[in-house]
Amino acid sequence: MDLDGLLIARLQFAFTIAFHIIFPTFTIGLAAFIAFLEGVWLKTKDERYLMLARFWTKVFALSFAMGVVSGIVMSYQFGTNWSGYSEKLGNVLGPLIGYEVLTAFFLEATFLGVMLFGWKRVPPWLHFLSSVIVAVGTTISAFWILSANSWMQHPVGHRMVDGVALPVDWFTIIFNPTFPLRFAHMVIAAYLTTAFVVMAVGARYLRRGLHGHGGRVMLRAGLGMALVLAPLQLFIGDAHGLKTAEVQPAKVAAMEAHWDSSDAAPLVLFAWPDEQAEANRAAIEIPYIASLIITHELDGKFPGLRDFPREDRPPVKPVFFSFRVMVGIGLLMILLALWGGWRWWRGRLFEDGWFLRAIAWSWPGGFVAVLAGWVVAETGRQPWVATGILRTVDAASPVAAGAVLSSLLLFIAVYAIVFAAGIYYINRLLEKGPPVLEDGADETPLGTTLSSASSAARAATEEA
Amino acid sequence: METFLPTIWAALIAVAVLLYVLFDGFDLGLGILFPFRKSEGDRDLMMNSVAPFWDGNETWLILGGGGLWVAFPKAYAIILPALYLPLIVMLLALIFRGVAFEFRWVAKPKHRLWDIAFAGGSSVATFAQGVVLGGLVQGIHVENGQFAGGSFDWLTPFSLLCGLGLMVGYALLAACWMLFKIEGELATWARRAARNLLFAMLAFIAAVSIWTPLMSEAIAERWFSTPNFFYLSQVPLLTLVLAYVVWRGLRRGAELTPFLGSIGLFVLGFAGLAISTWPYLVPRALTIFETAAAPESQVFSLIGVLVMLPIILGYVVFVYWTFRGKLRPGDGYH
Repeated sequence: MDLDGLLIARLQFAFTIAFHIIFPTFTIGLAAFIAFLEGVWLKTKDERYLMLARFWTKVFALSFAMGVVSGIVMSYQFGTNWSGYSEKLGNVLGPLIGYEVLTAFFLEATFLGVMLFGWKRVPPWLHFLSSVIVAVGTTISAFWILSANSWMQHPVGHRMVDGVALPVDWFTIIFNPTFPLRFAHMVIAAYLTTAFVVMAVGARYLRRGLHGHGGRVMLRAGLGMALVLAPLQLFIGDAHGLKTAEVQPAKVAAMEAHWDSSDAAPLVLFAWPDEQAEANRAAIEIPYIASLIITHELDGKFPGLRDFPREDRPPVKPVFFSFRVMVGIGLLMILLALWGGWRWWRGRLFEDGWFLRAIAWSWPGGFVAVLAGWVVAETGRQPWVATGILRTVDAASPVAAGAVLSSLLLFIAVYAIVFAAGIYYINRLLEKGPPVLEDGADETPLGTTLSSASSAARAATEEA
Repeated sequence: METFLPTIWAALIAVAVLLYVLFDGFDLGLGILFPFRKSEGDRDLMMNSVAPFWDGNETWLILGGGGLWVAFPKAYAIILPALYLPLIVMLLALIFRGVAFEFRWVAKPKHRLWDIAFAGGSSVATFAQGVVLGGLVQGIHVENGQFAGGSFDWLTPFSLLCGLGLMVGYALLAACWMLFKIEGELATWARRAARNLLFAMLAFIAAVSIWTPLMSEAIAERWFSTPNFFYLSQVPLLTLVLAYVVWRGLRRGAELTPFLGSIGLFVLGFAGLAISTWPYLVPRALTIFETAAAPESQVFSLIGVLVMLPIILGYVVFVYWTFRGKLRPGDGYH
């Protein structure tokens, strides 16, 4: 059997990075949520917020550990599997990753120690500060990674010498035109993902009549976040798409499965793109809408896939379908947030019913959307690893295909074990829930919006 | 600038790798010593003694690897494919031992598997790091600036010896760390273990020191030609002096001296390897000057290092200070 080393190396990268991105996506938002809970605790002196913060910190510790160990793999894989990439683009991209290590990794990893174990060792304000620093560190980390990725999507501020990219203007490289929107898009996605996980956990507690105060705090905090960010993400995503249409027209053509540029493009709701025939089968379309979205004009024209030589086109199906998955989930999130907002306004947010049931099952949405979004971004960049200057095929290492296959199988086996164990333990922590304070003030019957004090009073009356 | 920048960067990366070895060495070493302590209480103490630090400690590994890419992309693009399998094994082993820090606590009382993951992961990762080091020192087959060897070129008796040697060395650091951090019966045990490990480590240092000049004429020339010999013979002499300091500290019940002395032994061993390989980064194939990144890249990153490294070291010291003092049985942060 003849092994395709390049394909295996790509599969390995896709697998390891998809596994990795799940954890930062969650921890970027969760760190901020924990810092928020601690802030409320410091301000109100209400111990229940401290309990909630400590509870979520345990979940954070597990997720962060999985993010760290899978992240170290990424930083070495550039060299082990993509030595062509490392050598030819290293002068530009190496320093960006270097700055990530210097400004973010050490910050997160070091203050994580205080955050997890420093409850009794440092004063409350310093603990709060450590949580804030970890939250800021995770975001700085995203800043550099998204900057490096944006440069790969749209290389600028460099010059090519013998096939090697050399930096000319660092400011242009770091803040390249596609970066601000991509960074905003990803950070909002991370906060949204966490918001829905937190809401889902809160909804589950409320539906079971457990951890009343905690459940309500989680639901309100998550919903507040989602009400602002879910609609905002639609606008950021749209603006990001416009920019992509400008600098990576082939990617956008694949996203819309748009073949022929001579006509206004319909919005393809569903189709089976046929790359041989250069056409869509079984298409369900709404005329003019894709043109409206991409060009903001009803009969606007934009390049179709046929405008690009076959060897310069990204694979259409994964880009096309992933894009629909991402946008579909994003729209569902907006609907859920508005539904929740309506119930909140009517004072029925904590009543059991279809809304809480839907929220309780909404937690995977953000993760799926993020993974789908990254498939759109990275598969849509193909066949280039850095658009226009280095093809993926020229980026791979001279490592024997057999060695890469063995490592891929090992990664799959190890990640399956670690992931299964991690999910199992996180689930167990969530099942157990935050500790209940002794005076019983933590518990209120489902469906009431009474303040915890009056509910405690009522519980006392009932006992009497 | 042609020689100045690459030299600065080579020194910086050497410092980063050395800091990694020192910071993560004792924490990996605890995993190596794990199987020798059966009681759950002892294992809890051992793990607790590094729980707040392990993540930061491991970050130096990313700085070492990342720094190599930043400053010497051509070397990075040759060394990593050449040592592909041991590096992948190291990464996988680090995954197991890293998550074990968190998983073991939430798994209790059913944590036996994570004990194995921590001990096995730490041991395999250390062994793989030693093999990577040995594989690098013995040389890499390079043609036209590309790695041109086979998948198993690194697998030699010498690299395996380096793997075992590093396991002994990290275990020594860990035993001395335990003396410093832990009290009671466990500390007494660590003191005995440290004494045996010290002699084992000296044996490995001797073996590597004899083997490398035999392996390469250039290395023999570097060490044994005059006047080099008179300067460089200080390295083995200092090693003996430091070994005596550690040994005496262990016998007299000192708490910090053995740890500092063992760190000194590592610094000297590291210096010895640097003397043998200088100015090569891919030994006997490419020098630091041939593999250096463009000056504009090196300068840009250097600014970051000069600004950030003191800040990083500052807050690392702060966190170690926060968690200072002895751990007693039953102490824990969880």
